[in-house]
Amino acid sequence: MTGIAESGGVLRFLTRRRNEGRIHWTDVATWMWLISGLILMFGPVIWLGLSSLKTRAALTEFPPTLLPLATKEVRVEGFANPLPLFVVKLEDGTERELAQVRRVGIRARMVDPADPTKTFDVPIEARTAVREVSPAWENYTEPLQRFAFVRFFGNSLFVTIVATIITLIVNSMAAFALAKYQFRGRGAIMAFIVSTLMIPLSVILIPLFMVINGLGLFNSLWGVILPTVATPTGVFLLRQYMLTIPDEMLEAARMDKASEWQIYWRIILPLTAPALAVLAIFSVMWRWNDFLWPLIVLSRQELFTLQIGLSSFAGELNVQWHYVLAMTFVTMLPVVFVFGLLQRFITTGIAGTGMK
Amino acid sequence: MHLLLAPVRWLMHLIGVPLGWVQRTFGMGGMAAVFLAPNLLVFSVFIVFPIGVNVWYSFTGGAALFPAGRVFVGTEQYDLLLACDSYLDPFSCRQDRFWKGVHNTAFFVVAQVAAMVAAALITALVLNREIRGRGFWRAVFFFPVLLSPVVVGLMWKWILLRDGALNALLVSLGYQRIEFLTDPQWAMFWVIFVSVWAHLGFYALILLAGLQAIPHDVYEAAKMDGTPAMRVFWRITLPLLWPTMLVVLVLASIRAVQVFDDAYVLTGGGPGTATFFIVQYIYETGFAGAARNLGLAAAASMLMALVLVVLTLAQLGITAWRDRQEGKR
Repeated sequence: MTGIAESGGVLRFLTRRRNEGRIHWTDVATWMWLISGLILMFGPVIWLGLSSLKTRAALTEFPPTLLPLATKEVRVEGFANPLPLFVVKLEDGTERELAQVRRVGIRARMVDPADPTKTFDVPIEARTAVREVSPAWENYTEPLQRFAFVRFFGNSLFVTIVATIITLIVNSMAAFALAKYQFRGRGAIMAFIVSTLMIPLSVILIPLFMVINGLGLFNSLWGVILPTVATPTGVFLLRQYMLTIPDEMLEAARMDKASEWQIYWRIILPLTAPALAVLAIFSVMWRWNDFLWPLIVLSRQELFTLQIGLSSFAGELNVQWHYVLAMTFVTMLPVVFVFGLLQRFITTGIAGTGMK
Repeated sequence: MHLLLAPVRWLMHLIGVPLGWVQRTFGMGGMAAVFLAPNLLVFSVFIVFPIGVNVWYSFTGGAALFPAGRVFVGTEQYDLLLACDSYLDPFSCRQDRFWKGVHNTAFFVVAQVAAMVAAALITALVLNREIRGRGFWRAVFFFPVLLSPVVVGLMWKWILLRDGALNALLVSLGYQRIEFLTDPQWAMFWVIFVSVWAHLGFYALILLAGLQAIPHDVYEAAKMDGTPAMRVFWRITLPLLWPTMLVVLVLASIRAVQVFDDAYVLTGGGPGTATFFIVQYIYETGFAGAARNLGLAAAASMLMALVLVVLTLAQLGITAWRDRQEGKR
């Protein structure tokens, strides 16, 4: 880490050398890039969050307001329902806060909330709504009751967790064999596994669909999970890590009559924990975000993952944006949460392995 | 934690019983096979076998899903895909949507990769400077990488709609509204922009690692000579970063060729076929709609695979070359 700080220091020294103390153009450019990056990267997410709390009516407003606003309502004696509150410019030029009883054409009948006996008849242009921040939490609660979002969430959770566990086991076993055993064809198998990197899923969609059908896994969450569990990057990453574990440890365990399986799960797995953690994080991210393959394997709505459910919901003819935005935000949350916790792990993992 | 691990331990013991027998009977070689088996099984069934089948599919016709029921038609599917009066004009082709997809994808790859590499390089250079809160800034540029394409697509769609936030900004600045998603050129621009937005942080991180691997003494020497910042960049940073740049270039290209999901959610391939890409052609030809044509979709995916294999081999070659370069240093 000191090396990084040093090189940064050197660069700064380089750029500032001539005019010590004065701001160099590269400093200005740096901060302009950072600030515009901040706005551009976070802006959409914040806008999504704010919009997701607006009522359906507020979402159709143009220009939109920044905060989720709704017309303030007051209870007035003698009226069963709360009445919307307006600031009204009266004919004598004074302004008063009045509640609207009803609107008739271009006129509105208003009442003074403090004194319900006083009523006013004003043109509608003379009044402006009194608005207050009021988040429409029902955007979040209603879809949970009316649509199958809890189900989609559960499906996504199942796929993510099960696929990640199987990924860790299957890949660590293979990596162990490739790192710690001498056998004929080891190099060939390694080359074979790495070469499958060349063929992404989008190339073999059709035959893979046939295989899944042949195995009876069409419209099954296992059909989403199984083709993804053996990742060449996973094997490669774990093997590189296991190579650093000294063979003497394994030999010592064998002296103590430990079986190979015991060596694998009692010695190798615990010692590989950091690499397993990196792979687990990536697996969770991949599986949670998968789109194209689940789209093909799952056609029954009750099996949809969150991503498929959300996109089909947003693709409907009459998009209910107030629900779509809220559910998009919910879909994003787990990933953001994981990232917040494990930021350092993730960024160093990517920089170290170049995988994504 | 202890209680949580107890069933795991028990399960591992249980698996160990038959494996102990395998070890006694077949020795270490047998155990190697046991450890490799699950992985190789998955690879064979879900990757290698499908690759073989894909080749067969691309030479067959008919509506049957399983290979046995399909009719061998020779190169008919390829002939159909490649039947064009002029490859420069998609509408002169029999499969005009495929060629529209090819053209769009080619344009997307060139524009997106160029924009991506430029933006990622600037970001990496900025993050490599001694700035306050570097970890925070790195996270700012990186976090969209983790978002799902559906979330990214919907989030930007909401901003770019006719009544969206961006148009509100334009109107408040006194400009006319722009139909960002229904104007073909704007739609393509935003598909490129959004995909750069979503993946920028990943490539910036790789470049940042590359920047930090540049030995300091080179900069020290430049400092002694009083070299200006721009010349340090062109003469030192860029040449030494070039191997990493090449890796980023190829990685970004491989991903760009497969563009589908975020674009699909953002524009649905539209307006018309303005943002219609090859993967969407494969998906729609093979799976969506009434007229499924698996053979044609397989042939199209074979053509795309060809491009990807070339790109991947290039990447492997470059990585090996870079490692040699670094070995020399």
